Amino acid sequence: MHSCAPPPEGPLILKGTDGRRRVVVAVDRAARQAGLYPGMALTKAQALVAGLAIHDADPKADRDGLERLAQWALRTFSPLVAVDPPDGLVMDVTGAAHLKGGEAALLDGLIQALAAQGIEARAALAGTWGAAHALARFGPGSSVITAPGEEDKCLPGLPIAALRLPGDTVHSLSLLGFQIVGDLAAQPRAPLVHRFGPDIARRLDQLFGRLNEPLDPVHLPDITEVTRVFAEPIGAPETLARYTGKLTAQICDRLDSKNLGATQLDLMFHRVDNRIEAVRIGMARPVRDAARLTRLLCDRLETVDPGFGVERMRLVATGAEPLALAQSSTLDTPGDTAGAGLSSLIDTLSNRIGAERIYRLSPAESDVPERCAHRLSPLAIENTQADIWPQHWPRPVRLFARPEPITTLGLLPDYPPRAFTWRGARHQVIAADGPERIFGEWWKRDPEIHAVRDYFRVETEAGARYWLFRSGDGEGHRTGTRGWFMHGVFA
Amino acid sequence: MLKPVPSDLAHLRQHIATLDGSLHASGALPFGVDAIDRHLPGGGLALGAVHEIAGRDGGGVDAAAAALFAAGIAARTHGQILWCVTQSDLFAPGLAQVGLTPDRVIYVEARDEKSVLACCEEGLRHGGVTAVVGEVAKLSMMVSRRLQLAAEAFGTLGLIVRRWKQERGAADYGQPTAATTRWRISATPSAPLPVAGIGRARWHLELLRCKGGHSAEFDVEACDGKTCLALAAPLVHRPAQASDAQLRAAS
Repeated sequence: MHSCAPPPEGPLILKGTDGRRRVVVAVDRAARQAGLYPGMALTKAQALVAGLAIHDADPKADRDGLERLAQWALRTFSPLVAVDPPDGLVMDVTGAAHLKGGEAALLDGLIQALAAQGIEARAALAGTWGAAHALARFGPGSSVITAPGEEDKCLPGLPIAALRLPGDTVHSLSLLGFQIVGDLAAQPRAPLVHRFGPDIARRLDQLFGRLNEPLDPVHLPDITEVTRVFAEPIGAPETLARYTGKLTAQICDRLDSKNLGATQLDLMFHRVDNRIEAVRIGMARPVRDAARLTRLLCDRLETVDPGFGVERMRLVATGAEPLALAQSSTLDTPGDTAGAGLSSLIDTLSNRIGAERIYRLSPAESDVPERCAHRLSPLAIENTQADIWPQHWPRPVRLFARPEPITTLGLLPDYPPRAFTWRGARHQVIAADGPERIFGEWWKRDPEIHAVRDYFRVETEAGARYWLFRSGDGEGHRTGTRGWFMHGVFA
Repeated sequence: MLKPVPSDLAHLRQHIATLDGSLHASGALPFGVDAIDRHLPGGGLALGAVHEIAGRDGGGVDAAAAALFAAGIAARTHGQILWCVTQSDLFAPGLAQVGLTPDRVIYVEARDEKSVLACCEEGLRHGGVTAVVGEVAKLSMMVSRRLQLAAEAFGTLGLIVRRWKQERGAADYGQPTAATTRWRISATPSAPLPVAGIGRARWHLELLRCKGGHSAEFDVEACDGKTCLALAAPLVHRPAQASDAQLRAAS
């Protein structure tokens, strides 16, 4: 660690100048708790808190750091990332959220990944840049998602500062009595423009999505990319697909010369109205096969809105890994190897429905039925032998995620029920096997130290076979409630 | 007059059988139970074709039987299986007990039935998996035709397990589709044991539709660890007790 680094628990502020005043530019959590805030005079802060660590603010380094963070986000989260200085990033996740399992999962993943780097972040997802900017800073929680159409309800309550206006404009507006966005939006435009210029109207329109606001995305250095500029804007789906194919062939040649294969490709459509539509695909293993990549990209083309036309297409390999030439044999039978043959199918499916929805189930060391399997990536070749699952005890085909309570008629402590009522229907039991006693995993979870389940396989007079269990050993209340549950269905 | 050579005739018969769809180019997967295989053209369930399976009640116990029946068939192919569902309530240890080990199954949990069918088609078209199982409530003629063509082109076995929650689904199952065979399964009381307990599960298997064959009904004992069905005792004209005694002796 640097020798002059301040103690981590003490208050820390950064100082800068505002005209001829020396002011506090940024404060950490300890300093905020001590009552300091950005914008106050430095001397006042020094007078308030003893032992304050003060460092010079370095806006240029901040800006560079933000740029690096944007590049990292571009590789990991979204094909379109721009810096929103001084302290924000803005991303267009339209064509990329499917790879992270939806918008909520993407936002959670983003906050967690930033937290892992030591950055405490707030995130918001909304229909416009302005709305997302405002909600991330002034929204109710650290992660806010607004449904389309819901924005009109939550935006008017935000403070004026959320509008990305210069500081003195915000100050003058507050002197005039405007506190929230809703007040300002309800005012006639002309007097405001006359007094403050066109900025307020523009920001309001951008906030509510009435005015388009193009992103200026960051670029990655040293990256394989190909671009095609069109003399006339194109827009027909088949034309887009044709040029997608041409660009893919070009980028595959480039990758080939570098001995690389793409693991992530971004295809960007620069529209004539300055908007950028993007599509992102991910591959489980590096790929350089133009036909396969074209197919994956064309699968996503239906999400692209070409608007009045696309004037430039850019294909960028944001993820690339070394891919050596592999020897193939005509003797290989499809389906023989789990990995090589299947990875193209896995890619196609995961780009369509999301990678986390395709999985293998691998046996886990647990007797509790709900925990006896865990999900693996479909291409993981781990020890997936089923030996650790019980062979001599029959297991049901379908298992209910939550055991459903049933009412039973039966003898305690060790007998199976003679009849039970499940989902409103009464079943007479004619034969049963059991009990199979399964204990709670006290070595992993403290509340399960006494937990016991007694499983029975029962057959009803109609020939249906069910998996029931009684919570507890049937004697003491300590081991369970003695309630009966339906947990699965045998064939 | 020229007398036809017998081998030519056999060849011609086979050619005609391929044309009218009763014999599939990809071959067939026998059940290993003579009474069932005899009913199916080609001596087994056609590979490179789509088959529909449903339980009698659609949602409950019989649907579990339909899934296990599909698992038993899929386990007898040699390769990877793609299993597409909308809700993941399958219990992998249960499937492993009929021979479908976890290293062979890739599960796909799609958001809706439309994408289940799209994933099924993708799997059938890929050729890297030997069987694709899809669980849906509705299957239209057009979609089933697409699946059937994909299966034919790549020789992949397609199994569609139909499960539904409302009564309407049962009526839907009466609608025609392009599937090669259509099965209906109901669970029946298990083989009686001389002691307390549950014997081997039994199913009533109805072959409702079979392209190039006749419909039929069978009473069978459910898939065992080697994925084999067996005929239930009454059908082979033996007293139930004797057959059970023999089964136990054999096991």
